[in-house]
Amino acid sequence: MRRLILIFVPYLWLLALFLVPFLIVLKISLSDTALAIPPYTPTLDLGAGWQGVKDFLSQLDLENFQFLTTDDLYWKAYLSSLQIAVIATLLTLLVGYPIAYGMANAPDHWRPTLMLLVILPFWTSFLIRVYSWMGILSGEGYLNQFLMWTGLISEPLTILNTPVAVYIGIVYTYLPFMILPIYAALERMDASLLEAAEDLGCSRLQAFWLITIPLSKNGIIAGCFLVFIPTIGEFVIPSLLGGSQTLMIGKVLWEEFFNNRDWPVASAVAVILLLILIIPIILFQRNEQKQREAEG
Amino acid sequence: MNQTIFEPWNDPNEKPLIQFKNVTKRFGDFTAIDDQTFDIFEREFFALLGPSGCGKTTMMRMLAGFETPTQGQIILAGQDIAPIPPNKRAVNMMFQSYALFPHLSVWDNIAFGLKRDGMTRDAIGDRVAEMLKLTRLEKFAQRKPHQISGGQRQRVALARSLAKAPKLLLLDEPLGALDAKLRQDTQFELMDIQETTGTTFVIVTHDQEEAMTVASRVAVMDHGKIIQADTPQTIYEAPVSRYVADFIGDVNMITGTAKARNPGSEPQGDPTPPSMQPPEKRDDAASGTPQRLDPQPNDAGRWLHDKVLKFVLGPRSDAPKRLPPPDPTRDAPLASAQATPQPVEAAPGGLEIHWHEGAPPLIASNGDPALDGQTVTLSLRPEKMSISKTRPDAPNVLHGKVVDIAYLGNISTYHVELPDGLKIKAQATNTRRVSQRDITWEDDVWISFRDTAGVVLVE
Repeated sequence: MRRLILIFVPYLWLLALFLVPFLIVLKISLSDTALAIPPYTPTLDLGAGWQGVKDFLSQLDLENFQFLTTDDLYWKAYLSSLQIAVIATLLTLLVGYPIAYGMANAPDHWRPTLMLLVILPFWTSFLIRVYSWMGILSGEGYLNQFLMWTGLISEPLTILNTPVAVYIGIVYTYLPFMILPIYAALERMDASLLEAAEDLGCSRLQAFWLITIPLSKNGIIAGCFLVFIPTIGEFVIPSLLGGSQTLMIGKVLWEEFFNNRDWPVASAVAVILLLILIIPIILFQRNEQKQREAEG
Repeated sequence: MNQTIFEPWNDPNEKPLIQFKNVTKRFGDFTAIDDQTFDIFEREFFALLGPSGCGKTTMMRMLAGFETPTQGQIILAGQDIAPIPPNKRAVNMMFQSYALFPHLSVWDNIAFGLKRDGMTRDAIGDRVAEMLKLTRLEKFAQRKPHQISGGQRQRVALARSLAKAPKLLLLDEPLGALDAKLRQDTQFELMDIQETTGTTFVIVTHDQEEAMTVASRVAVMDHGKIIQADTPQTIYEAPVSRYVADFIGDVNMITGTAKARNPGSEPQGDPTPPSMQPPEKRDDAASGTPQRLDPQPNDAGRWLHDKVLKFVLGPRSDAPKRLPPPDPTRDAPLASAQATPQPVEAAPGGLEIHWHEGAPPLIASNGDPALDGQTVTLSLRPEKMSISKTRPDAPNVLHGKVVDIAYLGNISTYHVELPDGLKIKAQATNTRRVSQRDITWEDDVWISFRDTAGVVLVE
């Protein structure tokens, strides 16, 4: 009995927080838009009994999904999101790995402080932090002022409202998700392994490549997924920093929902996005499981 | 047996493989190694023994190249190794944690060092196969380190460090992670492999039994200094200081003032007459003919020799082939530590140690008379002390009460408290079953030992 309760709790969690909302979104994606509150039909009328349920089901269709294929905006947005997410993930890895490596090799008494510094940005609102990047990157922002003061440039650079600004924003926002799993993998590594590699004839660089990188592989994979998955659906960063040039599916979704008030199409976009994301999520889970097996 | 004893350290013509020359290593204010000079010879199995923090690991890490001496030189095969980085040294190390690469198979772990040397594929394959055979790991070549047992991991680590055929192999507490039984087997395996490969081994350990089992020489370290470096026998039987005596095995220490004995004095009996005479036959054995005879052939043997062997081996020589008989008063083994009385006479000379007012002085005829008047410690191994319920006739006799008995199966250690509170440990072989043991708790017992049983130490 106790075991059943224990198993039931996570399933209840999954049911309430994932499955039910998903079914609602799926249902809306199969509905038609309407000038009403909520802005779609049909709505389930349980007062009409079984006949009501049947009427309700008969009015659902795949129209909205068909609509997504007619306008190339959508698939372009999906592809562009994927591309931005891949590039941004690699950039985050390039920035995050050395930081994690430095943290793992820092003296013991420094590590809690460094860890705190990595987590610290989470203590302020994400939105405020992205807004502050607008202040830094804009034409007369701090970055341009600084670069002109040093004499490196004479004309202000256009960074804001370009893909570059989006990458900067994503790398900045998701860096902790990359650093923490890599740091965890590196910190667990036995330092004598590197000494053993050196003892057996490796140079420092060879030892890093042959021992450190393979042993932090799981951390790298975990970090990449943790950045990649939320980045695909990201909409705040592209809409605040990317201007009109940057096409990302999260932004499209937002506009469908709030500007067009076309909830059914927006829901269809969300359902497709979820289906796209299921593949990396499954891969991520499998990696985690493999890692647990290797340790156990 | 015509095997020469392996003792290169006693041969002035032998060139040492490793020379430490006034090596000092400091970490900030802390001196880990304090001005040490010593040699290690080729094919030696050299043990660095000491408690944690004594500098033994630092010593090893300097040999491996992970630390550099603050002062002094380390010479390996005639070359100063200070400027050579660890990956270029002909030295390999077996790490305490084994440091096996968890993402590589056993085969790849062993091949790791060979691949760095740029050997051909075939040569690597042959060498790895050879190592797998040496360590009996053929069946596990494709397993990952987490799929094999601790003992197998230990052997992989050994195979990996031996694969490059180093001039010197360093072993950092190699058996620390194994359980007692496996450790014993592995110790002998290690000795076999050392002999087969002819590699010089330097082992770091805090386990004195392990060091004594495997090593040709043991260096006992304390506070960054080697206190004594010698064969296990010498370290045990003739420690140079209280520290060494105490660190190696069990020991009783009795401190007192030394007084030189008259070198010509008559054997000094005990002032009080013995309450019981030792059994006759013991007396015979001790004072009987000291001459050890050569084995003589019987009639059949003589016939065999004359008819057959003479033509092959030549005429039989009657000259003594053995060492001269040992001086019975000095070297005779101490009657298996059973409760058997000792010969009465003590050899002349040496020291008397006045350790307790009112008690007769202890006689150490092997003590240096020059220590006259100094405070000395007589260190006595428990197995060299006899325990009996009746007063034996021996040069040194102590009377006390059994307060504790540690039953170890093959032997028992008796803790005897002397009237002044000093506790003495004496060991006896359990030739009888426990239920028939005649000495038990609270018994009044006599402890006796020979005049040469102890070692007189100053430090």
